Amino acid sequence: MAYSDKVVDHFNNPRNMGSFKKEEDGVGTGMVGAPECGDVMKLQIKVQNDTIVDAKFKTFGCGSAIASSSLATEWLKGKTLEEAQKIKNTDIVQELNLPPVKIHCSVLAEDAIKAALADYQKKAENK
Amino acid sequence: MKFPIFLDNHSTTPMDPRVLEAMLPYFVEKFGNAASRNHAFGWEAEEAVETARKQIARLIKADPKEIVFTSGATESDNLALKGVLEMYKEKGNHIITSATEHRAVLDTTKSLEAKGLTTVTYLPVDKQGMVNPQDVRNAITDKTILISVMLANNEIGTLNPVQEIGKIAKEKGVLFHCDATQGVGKIPVDVQAMGIDLMSFSAHKIYGPKGVGALYVRKKNPRVRIAAQIDGGGHERGMRSGTLPVPLIVGFGKACEICEQEMAAESAHLSKMRDRLQAGIMAALEESYLNGHPTHRLPGNLNISFAYVEGESLLMGMKEIALSSGSACTSATLEPSYVLRALGVGTELAHSSIRFGLGRFNTEEEIDYTIKKVIEIVTKLREMSPLYEMAKEGVDLKSVQWAAH
Repeated sequence: MAYSDKVVDHFNNPRNMGSFKKEEDGVGTGMVGAPECGDVMKLQIKVQNDTIVDAKFKTFGCGSAIASSSLATEWLKGKTLEEAQKIKNTDIVQELNLPPVKIHCSVLAEDAIKAALADYQKKAENK
Repeated sequence: MKFPIFLDNHSTTPMDPRVLEAMLPYFVEKFGNAASRNHAFGWEAEEAVETARKQIARLIKADPKEIVFTSGATESDNLALKGVLEMYKEKGNHIITSATEHRAVLDTTKSLEAKGLTTVTYLPVDKQGMVNPQDVRNAITDKTILISVMLANNEIGTLNPVQEIGKIAKEKGVLFHCDATQGVGKIPVDVQAMGIDLMSFSAHKIYGPKGVGALYVRKKNPRVRIAAQIDGGGHERGMRSGTLPVPLIVGFGKACEICEQEMAAESAHLSKMRDRLQAGIMAALEESYLNGHPTHRLPGNLNISFAYVEGESLLMGMKEIALSSGSACTSATLEPSYVLRALGVGTELAHSSIRFGLGRFNTEEEIDYTIKKVIEIVTKLREMSPLYEMAKEGVDLKSVQWAAH
């Protein structure tokens, strides 16, 4: 299967790869997928005043899964929480030119964003 | 070193230049139809075909008359299974095969089952991919007409105890078909000693051309009969009609001749390079697991799972090396390798597997480059893997509640 140039670029030069400490203030963590399915994404956001100031990811999965999560962190940075909620998997499909068999990678990335946002909200409410 | 490096010799092999040379006259100059009995063009073609038949038969210790040419091993498997089932339907309709057979066998038995023409027993394999001959014996009923077990597995290279299975088949009076596509030309094959009644193999796995294969059909003790699946002209003693592809057959013959002459030296060389590749990778990378049998396997095969990284991403990180993976993402089915699953390899490790297939034209320099590259990419992707991070933190991944999707 041929990969788009953008997928290859994100795969070779992943943006924002790494981790924040989960318990750190303002950090929301989303972990989605399962090893048996061949992909697990961990996506983290760091929030200040309702704005995402930093984002990181770690992904176990194919090149398209890695590219989808790398792209997601790039897009998340600088967005407000409300704007981040609006990121759709179809935006990722379009940007990375993903073929039909790889759409689930973009769905997983959207799920990871939602999970990270939810985790942040939960932590903020419990404070 | 020339890039990309080809380390996928189980999928196909480059043609040996000596094979090409042998084939060339049979396209333009010597173009006759081997079935033309009444002129020199036909005689010339027929002679070339019969020479090839001898070369092929010699490699597997058969009689030339027992070689039936086909388009490849897939057709040979189809012809063997369907041909026997149709011919021996009065005797029974039960087939015994194994869980790790090639799709050419499994898809055929599935299709025959779906049509209600047969009942099939799929034998399990052990952790190293081997069929237990005792299981074969136990599965035989008075309705069993065929046992079909492969010689060498195409993913993990494990060799089956074919000789013992052949003995059981003979004792019970059941025919034995062996898909030997990966084994012929690589390891010694003797259809007499192994008790094989039908055997499928093809040219392009042994440095010959694509588009030609053979089915060995035993002529005596017992005389095996199969119902033709392609009619029209009665070529190949009525078992497989169609004009013979003379240049391809000439190439197939030459490829077999070279294998016969060079097998001992070549397999020693391949095993040595394979062992170097295996040692180089596994010594440097923790939690890398060998799939298949540690010793009883094809000389050029190496299949390793790298925990915490996914196979397709590994291949993507090594684009200058042609390899194959058991990961679902590289297959059309979105299921990871059924062969590895049959060995009891966990789904996550099946997703993480890479198959290295060494062949005649690989060099030590290429092997050393591959070792370096594999270590580099596995290390890089583990740094990127949340599973590796969790494992390092001491989290038991099996205890985690994953949100399956």
